[in-house]
Amino acid sequence: MAGRERSHTRRGVFVPRSQVLSADDVRRAVVRMAHEVAERNGGLDGVVLVGLQTGGVPLAHRMAEALADAEGVDVPVGTLDVAFYRDDIGLRPVLPEAATDIPCDLTAKVVVLVDDVLFTGRTARAALHALSDFGRARAVQLAVMVDRGHRELPIRPDYVGKNLPTRKDEVVDVSEEGVAIGTIQ
Amino acid sequence: MRHLLSVSDLGREGIEEVLAVAEAFAEVGTRPIRKVPTLRGRAVATLFFEDSTRTRLSFETAAKRLSADVLSFAAASSSIKKGESIRDTVETLEAMGMDALVVRHASAGVPAQVSRWVTRCSVVNGGDGWHEHPTQALLDCFTVTQALGGIEGRRVLVVGDVRHSRVARSQVLAYSALGASVTLVAPRSLLPPSLEGWPVEVTHDLDGALAGADVVSLLRLQAERGSGAFVPSLREYSARFGLSAARAARLSPKAVITHPGPMIRGVEIASDVADLPQALVTRQVTNGVAVRMAVLFLLLGGHA
Repeated sequence: MAGRERSHTRRGVFVPRSQVLSADDVRRAVVRMAHEVAERNGGLDGVVLVGLQTGGVPLAHRMAEALADAEGVDVPVGTLDVAFYRDDIGLRPVLPEAATDIPCDLTAKVVVLVDDVLFTGRTARAALHALSDFGRARAVQLAVMVDRGHRELPIRPDYVGKNLPTRKDEVVDVSEEGVAIGTIQ
Repeated sequence: MRHLLSVSDLGREGIEEVLAVAEAFAEVGTRPIRKVPTLRGRAVATLFFEDSTRTRLSFETAAKRLSADVLSFAAASSSIKKGESIRDTVETLEAMGMDALVVRHASAGVPAQVSRWVTRCSVVNGGDGWHEHPTQALLDCFTVTQALGGIEGRRVLVVGDVRHSRVARSQVLAYSALGASVTLVAPRSLLPPSLEGWPVEVTHDLDGALAGADVVSLLRLQAERGSGAFVPSLREYSARFGLSAARAARLSPKAVITHPGPMIRGVEIASDVADLPQALVTRQVTNGVAVRMAVLFLLLGGHA
């Protein structure tokens, strides 16, 4: 899934320059962010995790597992594809297999959007727009594994796995094996 | 691709792309707010020189769900009545900034002609004469895929007035491109004069064909195109080629029945058959909106 998006949007092969986080580092960051979500919201009452297609979906599920371990609560997990809400139609593909599935009415819920990389902020903006069509959430928070800077919109994350200064032409890859920084060739 | 004039413009890959994107748009139809901002600022005009209920409403609903602006043009209440040519009408609409024109006309080839006049717009064939109705065939394939899990290897019967049916022509192309085998079932008088090059089998015996069918696609007897003169009587036509309850009972339990609408109950389909759960008519209508959203989206810039 993610591989397909990469082949479309990046048009080349990802060549890692350096490994920034190991698989264990990512696991610890997920657990820490999960605890931060519970701490910030005084528990998990009304909390819904929504993974952004495609990179945020596995992370959202891992955070839900971490929350179940830590708090003994099963938090609902949804997925959101923002392709129809983007401001750059035609530049990014619609992935038919990247479905939107919001498990409940979001009115009065605390929605934690989960994504792998926060970059320009345009995906997050589109996600905020999309979410508003599923109800009036009490609050929306943003959790990302990597904040790589270069924001083009006034958007900031609430939970960050790793702040990672990058050059604009670099590519950040988040996977099961960890986080790597590199280029497309 | 800029225009959709015929199913053959798409090929198998193109059809599969439309169906896949339609899947994503079908989800939009289930949301509390059935609208996305994808085509905000774009304008779509429906340019219908022939009567239509569902195709026109379906395209307009699709465009509105994508947040496009929609202009509805009906020839009967336009300057066409004053003698303005189709070409001048089209150029006027394009000069107003339309991004897509959905064209229906009683003569085959009008959408193709319009596509040669426009300089910037996309043209979608909303049905032209006896020629083609590509979005109808696409939504049929989408609905059958949803019901049966796939088209490849299925046996499809296209029953009725094939001669005057643009739906049949588009269906034959779409179903066979997706790997189904298509059999036309009709009296000799309601088949086209030549079927050379059509990837189909032909039979005049509906009863013999029913047993092995996975899909029965019924066509309306097109009275406005003079079909009545091609059969001895409606009652005789119905007796030999109508899907009666007795015939429906002989279908495989997994088989599905489609009809592009409008249905004439009691002629090509018995009233109680039209209301069976395996008759997918209303699902076709629901899916039509998603499929047309996909077509407009793909023509106006998106890609899968």
